[in-house]
Parts: sequence; structure tokens; C-alpha cells
Amino acid sequence: MPRNHDIKKVLVIGSGPIVIGQAAEFDYAGTQACRSLKEEGVEVCLVNSNPATIMTDKEIADQVYIEPLTASVLEEIILKEKPDSILPTLGGQAGLNLGMELAESGFLEKHGVKLIGTTAETIFKAEDRQAFKDTMEKIGEPCAASQVVKNVEDGIKFTNTIGYPVVLRPAFTLGGSGGGIAHNEQELVDILSNGLRLSRVGEVLVERCIAGWKEVEYEVMRDANGNCITVCNMENIDPVGVHTGDSIVVAPSQTLGDKEYQMLRSSALNIINELKITGGCNVQYALNPDSFEYCVIEVNPRVSRSSALASKATGYPIAKVTAKIALGYTLDEIKNAITQKTYASFEPMLDYCVVKIPRLPFDKFLTAKRTLTTQMKATGEVMSICDNFEGALMKAIRSLEQHVDCLRSYDFTGLSDEELDEQLHVVDDRRIWVIAEALRRGVSYDHIYDITKIDRWFIDKLAILVEMEARLEKEELTVDLLKEAKRIEFPDTVIARLTGKTEEEIRDMRYANGIVAAYKMVDTCAAEFAAETPYYYSVYGSENEAAETKPEKKVLVLGSGPIRIGQGIEFDFCSVHCTWAFAKEGWETVIVNNNPETVSTDFDIADKLYFEPLTAEDVESIVNLEKPDGAVVQFGGQTAIKLTEALMKMGVKILGTKAEDVDAAEDRELFDEILEQTGIPRAAGGTVFTAEEAKEVANRLGYPVLVRPSYVLGGQGMKIAFNDEEIEEFIGIINRIAQDHPILVDKYLQGKEIEVDAVCDGEDILIPGIMEHIERTGVHSGDSISVYPAPTISEHVKETIVEYTKRLARALHVVGLINIQFIAMNEEVYVIEVNPRSSRTVPYISKVTGIPIVDLATKVIIGNTIKGLGYKPGLAPVADYIAIKMPVFSFEKLRGAEISLGPEMKSTGECLGIAKTFNEALYKAFLGAGVTLPKYKQMIMTVKDADKEEAVGVAKRFEALGYKIYATRSTAKYLQEHGVAALRVNKINQESPTVMDLILGHKIDLVIDTPTQGNGDKTRDGFLIRRNAIETGVYCITSLDTANALARSLETADGKLTPIDIATVKNM
Amino acid sequence: MKAFLILEDGNVFTGTSIGSTREVISEIVFNTSMTGYLEVLTDPSYAGQAVVMTYPLIGNYGITPDQESKRPWPDGYIVRELSRMPSNFRCEGTIQDYLVKYDIPGVAGIDTRALTKILREKGTMNGMITTNENYNLDEIIPRLKEYNTGNVVDKVTCDKERVLKGTGKKVALLDLGAKNNIAQSLNKRGCEVTIYPAHTSAETILASNPDGIMLSNGPGDPKECTEIIKEIKKLYDSDTPIFAICLGHQLMALATGADTHKMKYGHRGGNHPVKDLKTNRVYISSQNHGYVVDTETLDPAVAKPAFVNVNDGTNEGLEYVGKNIFTVQFHPEACPGPQDSSYLFDRFIEMMGGKQ
Repeated sequence: MPRNHDIKKVLVIGSGPIVIGQAAEFDYAGTQACRSLKEEGVEVCLVNSNPATIMTDKEIADQVYIEPLTASVLEEIILKEKPDSILPTLGGQAGLNLGMELAESGFLEKHGVKLIGTTAETIFKAEDRQAFKDTMEKIGEPCAASQVVKNVEDGIKFTNTIGYPVVLRPAFTLGGSGGGIAHNEQELVDILSNGLRLSRVGEVLVERCIAGWKEVEYEVMRDANGNCITVCNMENIDPVGVHTGDSIVVAPSQTLGDKEYQMLRSSALNIINELKITGGCNVQYALNPDSFEYCVIEVNPRVSRSSALASKATGYPIAKVTAKIALGYTLDEIKNAITQKTYASFEPMLDYCVVKIPRLPFDKFLTAKRTLTTQMKATGEVMSICDNFEGALMKAIRSLEQHVDCLRSYDFTGLSDEELDEQLHVVDDRRIWVIAEALRRGVSYDHIYDITKIDRWFIDKLAILVEMEARLEKEELTVDLLKEAKRIEFPDTVIARLTGKTEEEIRDMRYANGIVAAYKMVDTCAAEFAAETPYYYSVYGSENEAAETKPEKKVLVLGSGPIRIGQGIEFDFCSVHCTWAFAKEGWETVIVNNNPETVSTDFDIADKLYFEPLTAEDVESIVNLEKPDGAVVQFGGQTAIKLTEALMKMGVKILGTKAEDVDAAEDRELFDEILEQTGIPRAAGGTVFTAEEAKEVANRLGYPVLVRPSYVLGGQGMKIAFNDEEIEEFIGIINRIAQDHPILVDKYLQGKEIEVDAVCDGEDILIPGIMEHIERTGVHSGDSISVYPAPTISEHVKETIVEYTKRLARALHVVGLINIQFIAMNEEVYVIEVNPRSSRTVPYISKVTGIPIVDLATKVIIGNTIKGLGYKPGLAPVADYIAIKMPVFSFEKLRGAEISLGPEMKSTGECLGIAKTFNEALYKAFLGAGVTLPKYKQMIMTVKDADKEEAVGVAKRFEALGYKIYATRSTAKYLQEHGVAALRVNKINQESPTVMDLILGHKIDLVIDTPTQGNGDKTRDGFLIRRNAIETGVYCITSLDTANALARSLETADGKLTPIDIATVKNM
Repeated sequence: MKAFLILEDGNVFTGTSIGSTREVISEIVFNTSMTGYLEVLTDPSYAGQAVVMTYPLIGNYGITPDQESKRPWPDGYIVRELSRMPSNFRCEGTIQDYLVKYDIPGVAGIDTRALTKILREKGTMNGMITTNENYNLDEIIPRLKEYNTGNVVDKVTCDKERVLKGTGKKVALLDLGAKNNIAQSLNKRGCEVTIYPAHTSAETILASNPDGIMLSNGPGDPKECTEIIKEIKKLYDSDTPIFAICLGHQLMALATGADTHKMKYGHRGGNHPVKDLKTNRVYISSQNHGYVVDTETLDPAVAKPAFVNVNDGTNEGLEYVGKNIFTVQFHPEACPGPQDSSYLFDRFIEMMGGKQ
């Protein structure tokens, strides 16, 4: 079927802010789809509330709306833009739900807009639990038996028909709270009654427990003609019970015979044919390891995280093909972009092994429960490719950037055999390290299998790695042994540690014996056809097939690795734009990255893509082959910056700001010198290594003080300490990982926090705009609500900021981007931090000012000047609207995580509110972040003493909005004394009704809880209130500034929202 | 022990010996299936060839009952890595032991991707697997160039008639090197299947008065099967419904005046898209062939293309004009590979006038 020419203008829905479970993969999918649509001459109108995405660039879509993803906003946009079609299957669950809502309300039909790709009926059949069960039953595909129950008796009755154990999942609780596995009636009664209480609707799903079965996924494609293919299958190393997003996954499946493989493949095709899906789709299975019995776990009738992984694992561009299918093409009409010879209607064949490991945030959330369950907790993932499984696993481990590089990186040697056995039962992110320790102690495969249900094949592979560790430790390092260690991807650092040699000795031995990495191509077809696309992975002991190119100019762009809190999709935005800018200037571009979710690892972004870990050794192997004329590190976040020194040692020129200047910004003494020279004030402080030294500095400065390690992003490990005890605690946490650089202790200043990104050409600077934070200093900039243009600072402060920025950029000889955070206090401006590199706010400020700063920075790096590029140096004129960036958190997914905000970043994503007025922008920003208040107009306040006075004002505003305010004892008393009709409620350990009962009554809109001491709140009460609020879906605020902002937005809530097309924004 | 794969073009790959240490000369072909190494090993169509598996991790689930004939047929087996510890609930042993048991030599630990690229660029060629470290290329290469697979059907066909009981249509299956699942696919649909050795005369088959005749897959150059082609022409003339797969498909084409030719490196794997020209539907098929029917030589009055390969446009199936005969180049019996085209067995049963 040829293309449907009735489709002329398509509205594409994005997935909104990055949250756990919905991350960069949808930017990748959406961007690829938009480009695919535009290739066909279709006009693309894009809506996504997330400004950090590439899909919201005006180069990607014709109209760009960075607006809250709600039905009413979409309706406004549809009325204004009049698209003929909507493509809802590329924006994750958020996009899909929204598309469905518009279809079901009849709005689309009324305005003659079609859902293209998959139909509403199909989406319903796949998404509605009962409809899905019925459909599966009709075609004879088995699902795990389950039933929704409203009381304990029904739960027992149903369980008796299917047998123990059963999984219990309360409806509408977040983070899997209240759920669990019941092995007997007593456990069932306990978990079920608790779950029913926690569930807002009083419902719990009781399901046959298939935990321990193999979990296998198939990525399938279907066109409207009924042609179906499977792109890839994947096997989770962690059996059923761990969310696939938190599992270590291997592609293709390793332990399935053809019979099992084809049985599930046929089933997947059977299902998508019955559901009549058009486009990409994902089917998840549980397979009994001891028989051919299987269950369909779920079907995602859309592009998903797994399809991003499958695309990168195979080279098959699922989103692109999905978009073409939506336009009416059939699979046999769409060319395979990698081979240019075959068509989309063929199944990729891999001649390598792919391993994905999730990036879990437990290094950020020390109190969070580390256990992995059916609720996803990972913020991102890494992927690696090798011609053997062991190698792929080793590469993936070191790609994580979590201080792990081999199976010894988590130390369990201190556990007794009994304790280790216990630990094997714990399902968390360190499980393979525990298994490795068990293998070292000679625990049998069968015993490990019985506990973990991880297939023995994988256990054996871990054993091979453990055996190599032992050989390296005990045997003499012969050339053959070194070859074998490199074949399974032991990095030189690990070999050096195990053999007692230096890394240099290992490298010299390798080079002397020709043991170097070779690169193989990902070509979708196992070399059956010649491929045109240079997408490479490394192997040892094989022929190199990476084409040698000698262009006039070649640049190496280092990506930012896995998405984590503090280093998110923003840096991929920067890497991609930098690559495009270099390409425009005629450079050959080479990208190195290991994140399968991102746009930067799409096969047609750079001239060459190396899917590799971002360590010095891995990069050096690429450098040896590619011999780039230079490398850029300022766009890839801390991951790339950390490689600067290593790159210089390899003789690679660092393009843009020099490494010593980057150091000067991070090194306390050097930086202090620069500040002195330039006459810029900063908070007093000192550098320390130990807690003793820290206490001395803190007492000299006077509490509170800010404590943080140098060279980190997202303020990891950054805390405000109020006393010696907290200093001890925080320094202890920081020093759990050996610090190469000193820890900084600064006087904590409370004022307005201001942020600036600027381009500097070595002489002039260009500041696209000044951003002001709504929260006072003390809350990490990434977690603050940020307003452009800065609304409350004086002209004098603005001028000072511009002047300081200029001085700092010059003093640091910045060529490219610089990010500076200031504090404005009583008309004085202090510097908090300078980062001579791209920052989290770069995409946001580029979009709202219309100044493409990554593009400019790249051109400046190549040698252009700001003036030469047609820009007037200094602060750019302000736009005629307000743009407010709102942080978005994923606390509900992380049980036990402390949610109160502080200097360490905790948000996973952001959204934007953009409007002509401040209040509308603020309202849009809250709406975009999913805060849809008011609902019940009841709230709880519990604030620390220092905040009580200010809390009165906040309470009065909410009272005026019609809110009934509950408060704990002292807060209530204070509010009552100051004219607020607050209702007193008991603390958790007092008699009922307590604050907890209120929360579990499911009638509370909001909790305002400012923690009693700094960030180290040790009163379990506050912590429990905050956690329970989050887990039952109650919005929780820990800063009065945020509370005031929310009140302000609610005060103007009834106004009509006007969407703004930011593609029309120009600012020269 | 070291083992060497020496190619006709002088390329030598050094790896580790697996299975038998016997020296062997054979035609080297590659298969891109990611699962189903056992079905590949036991597919009689690989007789006279040594198979390279492009998927690097082989033997992960060991030896299971999933075998397509009574023994493995390739002359040699070439892999990147054999799993030292297979894992599967049906696992009965390792590939290593299996190859030793059937005296099949092999090489592991070589760069199978580099080898595949050579075969792709230069075409299928002959090669030798040897463990002799003192091999002499000057002596070996002429021998490799000379080597011809010859008639291998005789080697793989059964030696006597066999019946799979059934209550439905009676099918005569001519075993040219048949994979088990052809008979199974028919038998599962109720057919009574009588399996005949390759050299059974048309008269014998027709005398049993079958409702339909099934011509199986098999190894080698179809043109080597001159005698069988003659018998097949008689079957064609008999007006009995006929369904043919792979070699059977090629032989029917040759019997009715069309020609076949050797492909550069053939189709071997489980991912080939074939288009049904009647419905324009595309199916992913299991394939294993080095020869193909030459579409140009078809007499439109005799046979019309029914399936075409989406990738390279080669013929994948024929429908015979005025006859109840259709033939396919690919493998609807799968094993290994996708089962998408198994509906063709249903079509055959309908053609015989029955329902499954």
C-alpha cells in the first residue's frame, strides 16, 4: 500500500517530563519519527511539556508547543493548528493515554482528526485489563490468572482456586506500596488488608505468582496489510519479579531453544494480528523454565523503552518505520536504512550479544529500598555490544559510572557463608556481585539457581569471569592469558589491580603484542549484506572493519552515558546539537556513547557511532583508530569532562575551553585566586579531606555550612550541615568513595539564586537570558522552579551578573559554554559555582530565547566570534513572555527515598510553563508537572519552628482558596494564634485520628512539610508523613517558596490557557 | 588442539578443534539463524557442506530432542564460541560430544563474521578443516578447487518406505532429504503420510493412489538428480495434487522445462521475507538453499511465480498453470525458524479436497 496522501499535517504527542519509567527513549523515538514524517513532506506539529528534548527543536518539527500534556491544552492546539491526524504511539504511556482521551471524548471525530498508527479500539483492547484478558482468551493465549478483589474474603476464595503463592497489587498506589507476594493464607490476609487500606479505590489485584519464570520480550512490527515481523527478542537475566526496566537484559535470548523462541514469536505475531496493531509493539512473556508453559505478561501497543533498546541492539529503526507505517506504507515498501539494500520487512539477525544494565539511583537515595520489584526504579540504562556475553557484561558494568568495573566492585567478602546465603535471597542491583562472591566460595550453580532462579547459563558466564579474576591473580600474565582476559573485556585497570602491575605496564604489554580492540559493524543482517552505516562496537581478537577515514577535519564528541539524576537528557541534547553544528561546518563527526535511550546513539546522527563505555581505555582505542583532530568534552556532562586529562595524554586536542581552565573552576585555591583577581565575592569557605578538618572550618565560618565534593554534577553528596554531628555524617557518606579531590565547606548564604548560561568566544560573551529560582538558596538548582526572565532582581543586580559573567568567562579563558550560579542578597551578588561547560539549563534557555547556544558555542569553538555570527555581545533582549521550568520528581517509585529538597539534586526531569503572564506560566508549569489541584481542598501543614512565621502567610493564601488546613500540634497552635483556622491533628505515635489516618483517608490534596533540621531530618514522623503522602499520590512540598508559588498558580487557575508555538520565537 | 579452516581463495582461519579431528573438504556456507543450531545440524540439506554459524554463541541449550533427522549431516561445523555449559530443561548433552559421536570435525574460536564477509563478497567456496599444523597450501588449494559436492541426495534419503498413520488425506512424501517436520506438519493435520525413498518410481507412488504428493527438501545441485527429475515429470503428468519444498520445488521446475542456477552465496537463515504475489502479504521464512529457479526461464503457460523474495527479487515459489501443483523455495515446515508460512500445509490439504 503506498503512502496515504490525505495525511498532510500530523500532531505528534511527546511523553512529557522524564520520570522513572518514562525517560529519554521517547525523545529518541519521537525525534526519529518526526524526521521520518518530515522526510515524507508531512507537516509536523509537536507537543511535549519537556524542554530538554531534541524533539521540541524547531529543526525537528514545524510547530513546537512546550505545553502541559492535558486534553484541554491539546484541544486548544488542535483547534489552532488544525492537524488532520494525531500520532499517539510515540510518546510513551502519557502520549497514548492522551490520544485515547481525545478519541473517547469524541473531540477528534468532531474536528475531523484521525488517530494514525494504531486505532483507539486496538489501544483499548491492549490497555484495558479485562478487554485484554478476553482477547487473549479468545485467541488461546495464556495469561496469569488474576482477579480484582475488594475484600479479604474474596481474595482468599480466589486464591484457593489458583493456589499459592499469589502476587497482590493494590490499585492506584504508587511505587508498588502495599503489594507483595503471599505464600500462605496468613500472609495473604496481612498483605491484602493493608493493600486494601492503602488503595484509594479499595481494590487489590490478586494474581497467580509466576515469579522465577524466565522473562522474555519480543519487539514486533506490523503494517496495515497484516505483515508482521519481530525486530528482536530479549531475555531478562533477572527472572519474572523484577521490572524489565530494572533487569539486566540480554539480546537476543540466550537460553531459549528454537522451539521456545518460535513458540513465543508465533504467539507475539498472533497477538498483534488479533489486536490489529500497526507500528511497533512490545509483548512480554513469562516462560516456565521447566516446560513449554508460558504466560503473556503484557502488551504495549506503542513504542517503548524496550523498542529503543531493540532498535539500538539491532540497528532496526523502529520509530522511523512506525511513522512510515502510520502514513500507509507497508513493510516491504520501506527501505532498510542501514543496509540500503534490504527492506523493513526482514528480521534483523545479530552476530553479537547485547547486554543492558539499568542505572539505579541508590547512590543518590541512600535511604531508598534497594530491592528490585515490579515497580521500576532505574533512571536510565547502559547497553554494550560484544561478540561474547562475558565481554558485553563487563563493558556494560563499566559504562554505568557507578564506581564499578568488574565483579569485585561491590565487596561481599566480609559476609559469613550464612550471611552470603541470606544475601543471595535479596533481589537488588548488586545481585550479580553477590553471585560472583558465592561462586568464588564454591557455592554450586544449582544452589545459586534454586535461590535466584537466574538461569545456570548466566551463572556459568559469571563463573567464567570469576575464574579469570583468579587466574590473573595467581598465574603469570602471559600473552595468551592477557588475550583471553581482553577477549572477555577485562579493562586494563582491573587486570593491573589483579596482577599487581600498573595500568601502563598492561597497556604496553598489549600494544607490544598487538592486543588491541577491533571494531565490528552493527548491520542488522549478520554480515549477509554489505551495510552502509558505520555503527560500531569493539571486540578483541578479531579483524577490524571500521573504515579508516581521513577527512579534512574530524571531531570526537563524547556523550554523557546513562541518564541519572543530575545528568539527564539535557546533555544528550547538547551532544547532538554539537555534532550537528560540526557537521554543518564540514567536519566529520564521531560520537562515543553507551546509552541506548538517546538520540545521540541513533545511527544517523554522527558520521560514525561507537557504542562503547566512556572510560579512558575504551576511548583511547577509538582515538588510536580514528585519530581525531580534536575532541569536545564540554557538552557531555561530567562523564565527558572527566575524560579530559586522559584525552590530553593521548595527544588529542581539547577543543574549546582548555583543561587547565576547567580545573581552575573546580580547584578551590585556583578559583579563589581568580575571584580575587576579578574582584568577585563568594561565600567564605575552605577545603578539607576529613571530618575533623571540616568541623574546624565549619566552626570558623559558623553554621549552617554547605558541604560538597568537587567535580560532581547534580550536587551529588552536597548537604547543608547545621552542626558537627551532621558534618560527621555527611563527610562519612562522601568518603565512602575515595575522593581524588578535596571536599568543599562553604558558609551557607540564604538569598535569591540566579543562574546564567553564556557563550564566550574568549573575548565577548553572549548571555541569552538570566534565570531566577523561586526557592531560596539551599535547594539544588536542578530542583528549583526557575523563571526566565528573572522577575524580581533589580537592574543593578542584572548588570552585576552580566559583568561578573564576563569577567569570569574571560579569566577562565572560556571558549564555548559557561554556566554560573549566583546568589543575590541585599543587592550584593556572590558566586556559588562556575561550570565552564554546558549545563542542565542549556536546552531550556535556548528554546525560550530562540538563541541556539550549543550551535553558537560549537561555532565559537571552531574559531568564529559572537560578533562574526551576527550576535550582539552581552545580555540578549528579553523575550515578551515568561517561561518557568518546573522540576519533576519520581519519589513515588523509590520506596524509602527522602523527598525533602536540599542542595543535592533529586528531580528526574522537568517541564516548562510558557505564557504571556507570570501566573499563567506558573500554572502551566505545575500542570505540566502533573499537579492538578484543587481536588478535595484539604491539606496538611507541619513546619519547622524557623518557618512558622512565614507559614502563616502561606496558610492564609490556601485558606483563601477554600482549603481546610490540618496541622500537627505546634504548627496548628501557631497558625491558630495568628488567625488561621487550622485543625489540630495528632502525630503518628499519638492516638487516632493521626496525620497518617488523614493521609490514608485519601481526601488530602497537599502536604506542606518543611523538615525540622537541614536535610538530615531524623524525626521519623516527618519522614513517614512525606513518604506516605507520596506513596498514596498526595502532592508534597518541602519548601515554603514552592508552596507560595503553588498558591499563586491556584489563585489564577480558572483562566484559559493559551498555547504558544515556540518555533516562532526569534531573538537576534 | 588447533584447527584450521583453509579456503579455496587461500584464506586461512585458525581456531580450536571441536568434534572430530578428521580432515575434511567441503563447500563452506553460512547460516544466520540465532537459534536452532540443532535443527540446522540435522537438516539433510546440509549434506555435502560445512556450515558456519554467524551467531557467535552456539550450543547454549545443548542437545535436545529437536532434531530434523536421525543424525547431523554437515561435513564440518564452524562457530565462534561453543557454550561450555549448556542449560535447558530438555538438555541431553553438549554439541562437542555430539560432533565427536558422529565424527564431524569442526572449528571454534574463529572470526566468523570476517569469514562470512569473505563468503558474501566472493561467493560460496570450498574449504578444508584440518588439525594438521603443517598444512601445505600449494598442495591443498588445487584439491579444494577440484572438489565437487556431487550427488548427495542418495546419501540422505531413507532406504525404505515408512508410514505415519493418519485418518485424513493420504500423502506420498518423496524423501529427497526430508526434514522430519514436513511429515509431522502433514500428520499433525490428520494426513496419513507414506515416506518413499528418493529413487522410488512414479509408478510405485501413483499405484498407492495418494490424495497428494509432497516433494521434500534436500541437498546439492538439483541438476545432479537427473533420474528423479524424470520421475517427477511423470508425477506432474498424473494430475495428482502436488506440493513441493526447496529441492522438490527446483526439481519440479527442471522437470517442466525451467532452469536453475547457483546463487552467489545462497539464502540460509530464518529471516527472509517472501511475498505471496496473490495477497501481497509478506511472510518471514526459514530458508536453506544455494540454488534457485531462474524466473526468466519459466514458460508462463506452465508455471507462474507465486512467491518472490523481497530482498533480492529471486523466485520463492511457483504455481503450475492448469494443475493442482504449487511449490515453494522456502521452508514452511520451519524448524528452525519462523512458522509464519505453515498455512501452506493447510492450503495443500484443501487442494487435495480435504479440510484439516
